[in-house]
Amino acid sequence: MDFTASLALIAPEILLSVSGLVLLLAGAWMGDGASRLVSYAAVAVLAVCAFMVAPALCSGAMGPDTVAFGGQFRADAFASFAKLLIYAAGGAALLVAPAFFERHGAMRAEYPVLVLFAVLGMGLMVSAGDLLTLYIGLELNSLSAYVLAAFLRTDERSAEAGLKYFVLGALASGILLFGMSLTYGFTGTTTFEGIRTALSGGLSTGALFGVIFMLAGLAFKIAAVPFHMWTPDVYEGAPTPVTTFFATAPKVAAVGLTMRVAMDAFGKQESAWQQVIIFAALASIVVGALGAIGQVNIKRLLAYSSINNVGFILIGLAAATQAGASAMLVYLSIYVAMSVGGFVAVLMLKDADGEAVEAIADIAGLSRTQPLLALCLAAVMFSLAGIPPLFGFWGKFVVFQAAVQADMIALAAIGIAASVIGAFYYLKIVKIMYFDEPVNKVHGKSDWIHWALLAVSAIFISPLGYLLTRWLGSLADKAAAALLFAA
Amino acid sequence: MIGIEHYVVVSSILFVLGVLGIFLNRKNVIVILMAIELILLAVNINLVAFSAFLGDLTGQIFAMFVLTVAAGEAAIGLAILVIYFRGRGSITVDDVNRMRG
Repeated sequence: MDFTASLALIAPEILLSVSGLVLLLAGAWMGDGASRLVSYAAVAVLAVCAFMVAPALCSGAMGPDTVAFGGQFRADAFASFAKLLIYAAGGAALLVAPAFFERHGAMRAEYPVLVLFAVLGMGLMVSAGDLLTLYIGLELNSLSAYVLAAFLRTDERSAEAGLKYFVLGALASGILLFGMSLTYGFTGTTTFEGIRTALSGGLSTGALFGVIFMLAGLAFKIAAVPFHMWTPDVYEGAPTPVTTFFATAPKVAAVGLTMRVAMDAFGKQESAWQQVIIFAALASIVVGALGAIGQVNIKRLLAYSSINNVGFILIGLAAATQAGASAMLVYLSIYVAMSVGGFVAVLMLKDADGEAVEAIADIAGLSRTQPLLALCLAAVMFSLAGIPPLFGFWGKFVVFQAAVQADMIALAAIGIAASVIGAFYYLKIVKIMYFDEPVNKVHGKSDWIHWALLAVSAIFISPLGYLLTRWLGSLADKAAAALLFAA
Repeated sequence: MIGIEHYVVVSSILFVLGVLGIFLNRKNVIVILMAIELILLAVNINLVAFSAFLGDLTGQIFAMFVLTVAAGEAAIGLAILVIYFRGRGSITVDDVNRMRG
């Protein structure tokens, strides 16, 4: 593959990095007054990138034609699927931000630029075909994310969230990197293809340590138990638009990356990582469900909910089949819509002065004061709980189906039992909104952009979403086939 | 004769020291930044040693990238620490507890 063809394959990444730099200059020249303009320009860039990656997904691109720079980078259908989700989540985080930050007098042009660079890093993560690309993408994403978490500089909670995220994120990168160095030492190569070939004969102890360290580092990034402890603090402390971003895009990217590492680089050594993934999946589901019960802050509750959801996603990986990978992608798409809907709804909970309302007790009786908002939030909660008429059920259904097909009936049974525990706290929110005495705390009017995003995600997770199952399933199948092309 | 095992043992010890430095230290966040650098340097020793051992340049190129990223990471860590200090007036690890539960 020659250089020009490689450049054509990374065209979306080039566009993202160039426009990130140009928008940074534009923001510096025009001042903070132009930050809304810069935000909308960044959304337009993401939309263009989405159009650039979509053809590879629709045609189910896979194989040598999608490999750029001698195996460093892959622009296949799997990467395109993940990138479309990442761009959508990034766009949502950009659209909801101006109204929120302008209220705090903290809207700066750096916000959209940082989001663009984080999205670029995530695109590299899901396209990685080499440990080096993986590391650069991961760090580009993480470094932008640390700054975003601390973006509300005058708010103590935001600074603390940034600090905690930085320390634990850097530790996770260190663990991941140590695993990569061991893998390199014991296989003699850093490309996924080379690692796969080198390990086809068996796994040495050194390489086993490499796999375990790498999975531990990645578990940090996707917030799977036992490496989840930063999630509630960071989700609570970070500004809500940033939390919307953290709960969606990096999750997709890190799960996509884990899938690539596990099923491609270590695809011939399933027995080495399957046990670890099964443990992480079950522990995440249980800890996510139990941890959420006592929470009084709704952002913290949604953080535990995201830990819980990661557990369900990992069940698909534990199955280690193409059906499992496809189920994970379907789940991720639905999860992104549910999370965007949930956090946008939280963003719209404001008191009469426009201050954010985050305490769960303060949304009591919301159905009488803000019926439409309460309805959307209830739909999100029912969907997260996986209650059938809503689309969240479909994600859980395909994941459990994949687990049962892979003869993991015990895993599926425990997962289903734990999702019933999870339903308790989701339904508690609905009960508080609909049946408790109103406290009349939530008053504020919201931007039409917030309503539009909430409406789009609410319609996607409503029973109407089932109209998309066939289309979503066939796209996910194409992506999963591309992921397992080498297998 | 110093072989590859010695390098791997040294780098493992440094890595463990770095991880312990993050978890055992209760005093100062700056020490955590130093512990993170220690972890990254342990990885670099590993990469360069393996690279020399295997006669393959990739490991040394990787080490260059790790050094670059470590510099960026330290800069961002210190910047976040500065805004944290402005708000709280302290960088003691035990005080990083506005959020709990």
